[in-house]
Amino acid sequence: MQHKTMAQLAQALTNKEFSARELTEYYLQRIKQHDPALNCFVTVTAEQALQQAEQADARRAAGESTPLLGIPLAHQDLFCTQEVRTSCGSKMLDNFVAPYNAQLIEQLNQAGAVSLGKLNMDEFSMGCSGQTSFYGACNNPWDNSRIVGGAASGSAAAVAAGLAAASTAMDSGGDIRLPAAFNGLTGLKPTYGRVSRWGMTAYASSFDQAGFLTRTAEDSALLLNVCAGFDERDSTSAQEAVPDYSSTLKQPLTGLRIGIARALFNGDLNSHIGEAVLASAEQLQQLGATLVDIELPHAEHAVAIATIIGTAEASTNMSRFDGVRFGYRCENPRDLADLYQRSRSEGLGELVQRRTLLGAYYLSAEQYQDYYVQAQRIRRLVKQDYMEAFKQVDLILSPTSADLPRAVNATVDANADFLTQRYTVAANLAGLPALSLPVGLLEQLPVGAQLIAPHFHEARLLNAAHQYQQATDWHTRTPAGF
Amino acid sequence: MQWETVIGLEIHAQLATKTKIFSGSATEFGAEPNTQASVSDLAMPGTLPVLNAEAVRMACLFGLAVDAEIAEHNRFDRKNYFYPDLPSGYQTSQMDHPIVGLGHLDITLEDSSIKRINITRAHLEEDAGKSLHEDFSGMTGIDLNRAGTTLLEIVSEPEMSNAKEAVAYARAIHSLVRYLGICDGNMAEGSFRCDCNVSIRPKGQTELGTRTEIKNVNSFRYIERAINSEVQRQIELIEDGGAVVQETRLYDPSKDETRSMRSKEEATDYRYFPCPDLLPVVIERSFLDELREQLPELPTQKRERFEQEFALSTYDASVLTSSREMADYFEAALAISKDAKLTANWVMGELSSLLNKDNLDIQDSPISATQLGQLLVRITDNTISGNIAKTVFEAIANGEGDADSIIEQRGLKQVTDSGAIEAILDEMLAANATEVEEYRAADENRRKRMFGFFIGQAMRVSKGKANPQQVNELLRQKLEG
Repeated sequence: MQHKTMAQLAQALTNKEFSARELTEYYLQRIKQHDPALNCFVTVTAEQALQQAEQADARRAAGESTPLLGIPLAHQDLFCTQEVRTSCGSKMLDNFVAPYNAQLIEQLNQAGAVSLGKLNMDEFSMGCSGQTSFYGACNNPWDNSRIVGGAASGSAAAVAAGLAAASTAMDSGGDIRLPAAFNGLTGLKPTYGRVSRWGMTAYASSFDQAGFLTRTAEDSALLLNVCAGFDERDSTSAQEAVPDYSSTLKQPLTGLRIGIARALFNGDLNSHIGEAVLASAEQLQQLGATLVDIELPHAEHAVAIATIIGTAEASTNMSRFDGVRFGYRCENPRDLADLYQRSRSEGLGELVQRRTLLGAYYLSAEQYQDYYVQAQRIRRLVKQDYMEAFKQVDLILSPTSADLPRAVNATVDANADFLTQRYTVAANLAGLPALSLPVGLLEQLPVGAQLIAPHFHEARLLNAAHQYQQATDWHTRTPAGF
Repeated sequence: MQWETVIGLEIHAQLATKTKIFSGSATEFGAEPNTQASVSDLAMPGTLPVLNAEAVRMACLFGLAVDAEIAEHNRFDRKNYFYPDLPSGYQTSQMDHPIVGLGHLDITLEDSSIKRINITRAHLEEDAGKSLHEDFSGMTGIDLNRAGTTLLEIVSEPEMSNAKEAVAYARAIHSLVRYLGICDGNMAEGSFRCDCNVSIRPKGQTELGTRTEIKNVNSFRYIERAINSEVQRQIELIEDGGAVVQETRLYDPSKDETRSMRSKEEATDYRYFPCPDLLPVVIERSFLDELREQLPELPTQKRERFEQEFALSTYDASVLTSSREMADYFEAALAISKDAKLTANWVMGELSSLLNKDNLDIQDSPISATQLGQLLVRITDNTISGNIAKTVFEAIANGEGDADSIIEQRGLKQVTDSGAIEAILDEMLAANATEVEEYRAADENRRKRMFGFFIGQAMRVSKGKANPQQVNELLRQKLEG
């Protein structure tokens, strides 16, 4: 069972090599064994998982054999789950149990997937390190002296260490793709609006998109098949038709035009990572793709404007955590102002407070025109760059991260987190689907490359990644000791 | 110094959508606290707003009715502030791109002249919940039933020059939204609330004075009184050498004064920005064309029709069209009575005082339009006099039956037989022989007065049933002859 892909596990379940209950017990056992060292899980729902597994076995016995039936997954702890705490990695929601399921949870439940529990994350998705959670840092299974990456830290570590077959997560700027790259996983951020945001706790509403961390592109396709689609409860979800993402994985890449913005391969990029990514480009070329040089003139501004718009949206999304209706409330508030101030300053971590203040500043009447309005203008230009590029190419290839994950005890300034997202955040600004896949090892650590596709062309991303993974074995590498 | 008043109104009309503007919760008034609050209304994590199409339709109806610009795109913004009855910490409203742009509405003033008031804009927004300060022993309870109900905020230009005009405008908007069926207009339940922006300036000056805003005035009477007291306060303040501070004030009806809530210096920075959870709203021309065809006859159109079709004065027509129900009542009664002026007088006179006395709406009138119409027919065909009709009217209102049966039962039918009337007159004159002598000796003026006396005596003898015109004519003959 160890380190098998979802597709392989589904096959084994169909072949009756083991039952979903046995498979779930196996993962629960691995969680028990390894999670104390990794701290991937905020909540393990063993009992519920076994129940779901038994139901899946019953459905399979009744003749059903859908791909997710009985597959043990785990969910980032920002997807609301009925009767199971949803903490968002924060003291603020340590006591919060939603009376509803996120749409994505609902879809996966109906598909018969098993939920092992809720995964650790940077508090309210703020941070890229996996270190800002109220429940403590999530550790990197490849090298515990380095950060695991975030915000979806637990979602990456759990899959890399084989504590779940795959995981769900939210990507608001690289939160899926960066930890996927650091952990040798395939991380998919679909097009903005492709997967419903209902029940997914927001960071920045116009950036946030639910996606997956999996061992392979093939597994991502299986999850996207179930979760993609319009949801009338999310006004920003897309009406666009949903294809069968699995059916196009095997298409040859002949004629596929892959764009490379050479200008992005300079500067602070670790040259070995650059080489590994360019080597993956050659591999794709051998598979039939052609490489085309492109330009993305506004790419350098992406981080700055994402910081402004992202913190602005986040600052008001955070207002609901006020200690009045749910979540943490300070003891013995003197009056209303005291209740607000102490509940928020005691309940929210330092980075969350800092970003909330920063966002409020950008939206303040004196700053609004110079920051928020200006940033929205540049956001349109960034998007335009991609629209122009996609007139010449079908996909765009770049590194996922400029460097290997930093040391856990490195001193970093407040902007370091934002800079970590320099290759990933533009896809969120433009709402484009993007995927990170493992393309090498450096100092025994995984290196990721990122593919970006035009809106709603996830099938093309998954096809290219799958073909690459058929020809290479980087995605099969796992951390030692797990 | 001569002062001139400038008033602009911001009216919050709660739209009669069955569910809230951004959630599926019900909006009925008076439910148990927090029974109409969903996870979205509580702003729980991951919940999202979905715009109610009915709110858009109703706002567009209003826009069409005031002949306003309705742009192809409008947009929702977040207005950020902390308050316990505002669950998300922001109110979703419309700042820069309201659904309804510049429009106008004609109002009838007391002297029957018509004044056009421009409407700057009208935008959609969500209402907040309610903080309950009683019954919680020093703590505050929060009821979120109202949180998220649909409001249309209608902003006028500062074009009203006294409290009466402001009330006339508020009444006209009130009447309009009820004609359109988009707001129940219930002011006691807060479905129709008014903020009054008031400033004064020396007569002749074009520049506006500093304004104050009187918040949440919830009756027409209070609008008038609040404005008058605020104008008085501002005049006294300036004449005493002070200056008006731009601020928000509250009207206290028990003391008939306004008092300061917060000044502009303390004003919150609401950090408006476009709501990223909602897409811009697209209003298609074809949608507006369809809506336009569904518009009912509006108060102004109805008033003009009443003036032309029924030869009523502008004032009468305005009163009769002030509500759809009153106009419908009038037209139904008129269909039977066939006499517009008479019907107008009765609806605006007897009927209105009866309703006022018992504080009833016309739709709850104890005397139906049909009953009134039938009664008026008996006046026009001389079956009863106008005076007797008042008695019959009261009897109908008391539930004693229709006009004809009451006239029959009580024997109120008018005496029109000239022989019978002559007999009455002879009897009366015989009993007042001295006065007759006096009359004949009197001059013109005195005769006029005494004539009235004889008429009164004659009607008394006839118990009011003698036809007044005939009595008049025959009495004159007898006294002169």
